[in-house]
Amino acid sequence: MADYDHIPTLKENIDRATVDSVLSLDVDKYKYGFESAIESDMAPKGLSEDTVRFISAKKQEPEWMLEWRLDAYRRFLTLTEPNWAKVHYPQIDLQDMYYYAAPKSTPAPTSLDEVDPALLEMYEKLGIPLREREILAGVERPNVAVDAVMDSVSVVTTFREELSKVGIIFCSMSEAIREYPELVRKYLATVVPVTDNYYATLNSAVFTDGSFVYIPKGVRCPMELSTYFRINEKKTGQFERTLIIAEADSYVSYLEGCTAPSRAESQLHAAVVELVAMDNAEIKYSTVQNWYPGDKDGNGGIYNFVTKRGDCRGANSKISWTQVETGAAITWKYPSCILRGDGSRGEFYSIAISNGYQQVDSGTKMIHLGKNTSSRIISKGIAAGFSDNTYRGQVSAHARAKNARNFTQCDSLLIGDKCGAHTVPYIESRNGSAVFEHEATTSKISDDQMFYCQQRGLNEEEAVALIVNGFVRDVLQHLPMEFMVETQKLIAISLEGSVG
Amino acid sequence: MTTPILEIRNLHARIEDREILKGVNLIIPPGEVHAVMGRNGSGKSTLSYVLAGKADYEITEGEVLLDGENLLEMDPAERAAAGLFLAFQYPIEIPGVATMTFLKAAINAQRKARGEAEMSTPDFMRAVKTAGTDLQIDTAMLKRPLNVGFSGGEKKRAEVLQMALLQPKMCILDETDSGLDIDALQVVSKGVNALRSAGRSMLIITHYQRLLNYIVPDVVHVFSDGKIVESGDKDLALQLEAKGYADFDGAAA
Repeated sequence: MADYDHIPTLKENIDRATVDSVLSLDVDKYKYGFESAIESDMAPKGLSEDTVRFISAKKQEPEWMLEWRLDAYRRFLTLTEPNWAKVHYPQIDLQDMYYYAAPKSTPAPTSLDEVDPALLEMYEKLGIPLREREILAGVERPNVAVDAVMDSVSVVTTFREELSKVGIIFCSMSEAIREYPELVRKYLATVVPVTDNYYATLNSAVFTDGSFVYIPKGVRCPMELSTYFRINEKKTGQFERTLIIAEADSYVSYLEGCTAPSRAESQLHAAVVELVAMDNAEIKYSTVQNWYPGDKDGNGGIYNFVTKRGDCRGANSKISWTQVETGAAITWKYPSCILRGDGSRGEFYSIAISNGYQQVDSGTKMIHLGKNTSSRIISKGIAAGFSDNTYRGQVSAHARAKNARNFTQCDSLLIGDKCGAHTVPYIESRNGSAVFEHEATTSKISDDQMFYCQQRGLNEEEAVALIVNGFVRDVLQHLPMEFMVETQKLIAISLEGSVG
Repeated sequence: MTTPILEIRNLHARIEDREILKGVNLIIPPGEVHAVMGRNGSGKSTLSYVLAGKADYEITEGEVLLDGENLLEMDPAERAAAGLFLAFQYPIEIPGVATMTFLKAAINAQRKARGEAEMSTPDFMRAVKTAGTDLQIDTAMLKRPLNVGFSGGEKKRAEVLQMALLQPKMCILDETDSGLDIDALQVVSKGVNALRSAGRSMLIITHYQRLLNYIVPDVVHVFSDGKIVESGDKDLALQLEAKGYADFDGAAA
């Protein structure tokens, strides 16, 4: 038993059991709600040309990059926030945020000994898999490379040397802008144009960092590339920009995992991710998103407005998105594929879990442009508590997309009767030979299933976790092994308090 | 005197406004197999659900002890961990959850609730293999999602497999013979009989005498209109089969 003597409100006439049960109503179950004490170097508050210039200068960017950002900023001023998604939130005051915060440890560390111990400790709190922590500690032979983005600057990048032996570039976006300007200029914003949408344009003006990956022709990346994004500074928008290029006949698997500390104000997170796959190349992009979802009353939490798009530019190329979305107060995210190359293939596997007052509007777009292109969408939405969970997906075949094929399966699972699940598919075909299939189901965890599991000894939360893990199995198996076990646990954590 | 495994005293239960159990009294000593027979709608299945703790029923009166402990104070999972097992008449499908995964989750949930360590994977695999062989359950079946697309016989064999692995003190078998052909009935009965032991009691709910040829009970009770109206040895089942339930309806009135 805990010692409750320090509780000032405890009076003689209050039943201990009452106090116990009040205390057990853990107000904020979010496990990653802490702030690390790493000093920051902040941009002036608010969005302006000066902010853009400040960021560009901080990043020691070339003139062309600054001009590119300023152009995006000017275009941004002409845009208005979209309102078609089924999400509701108070107006975001872009002038009441900071757009840049860099950890203060000055030059980039050359070895792990130079890495801030507070950062390493943070990885531990985050529960970064032992294997990767060992890599960070330099214990094991690497097979996962970690490019850690904390707030806005890449703090540590591991195993680049090993990768560079085969010609792979894996570095922060800021570094790529300085070191590989030709590649960046050639590909940046060719998948997500600067004015693609409100948030993408904002990102173009003020993005601070992200990952850059370049896989040369014929190279199969020997390890999973992994990045942990993390928002660490109060009131700082996080605007990552990631660009992955897979040249002809290459392959890369990229893992992105997110956690963020707890806080009262809502935070904006507007990333842009662009993938380019040339002839016969394959890119597999996996995300586990676990941003702070807000407290049990729906206060705080991250606004996750993300633009992710892959361009299957070459013939027979393949891009596969797998996402597990469990966090964030609001998720607005549609990882998409442009199937431009003949015979190219796009895949989208998604698990989106919403609990409490979370709102999710997520899905994908499969744009069939080339001949004999195919795509597959498997979406599993789980809504609990008072949350709203919408699948929004578009599948289109253009006039030239002979024999385009799509299979879509959207399943929704409801837990309780205060939440909502919605499926909004947009299907357009301008080619008579296209075949699109769409299947959708909505179900509830039945009382009979719960009773059956409980009769076998599982408590309510264990029963829900087991049933939900069964529901998402088709998608789970597309995750890299490293993520699969963690994800099963994450699903259980995300649904805590969803029953009873 | 030894503590009975199950002791039911004057149990009354209702669903909404309808009283279904109207004063059930039953004592099952350790190691004994009792059968409850009665026509459809007499309340037999309700008795099994009430004992297992299904939420739809309201207990208005009475007491139930499982090995001396107050069963009605426990939630369904606690009852399971305390050693109560219900083999369902209609086992529930759990899509996407491999039978093997479910078994392991159930075993470890019960062990955790009892403060025991998790079963190691090799021990678990061995236990499943041993129990599965007798019930003609192969690895392929264990990989399939629990009860999804299972035949009637497969569902009932899977129930008995769970019973074998969870090692309950008190097994309730609700219409386990329904949906089984004669071959499947033999396999299932053999599995059940293998679990009979001095420390384990069973309550077999059925409305056919047929099952009792395979699982021979120590005591037979006749259930009518929400209570036990007659008890006897296994010959009572034969008598029922010959004469029907009509003779006993008077007793219930």
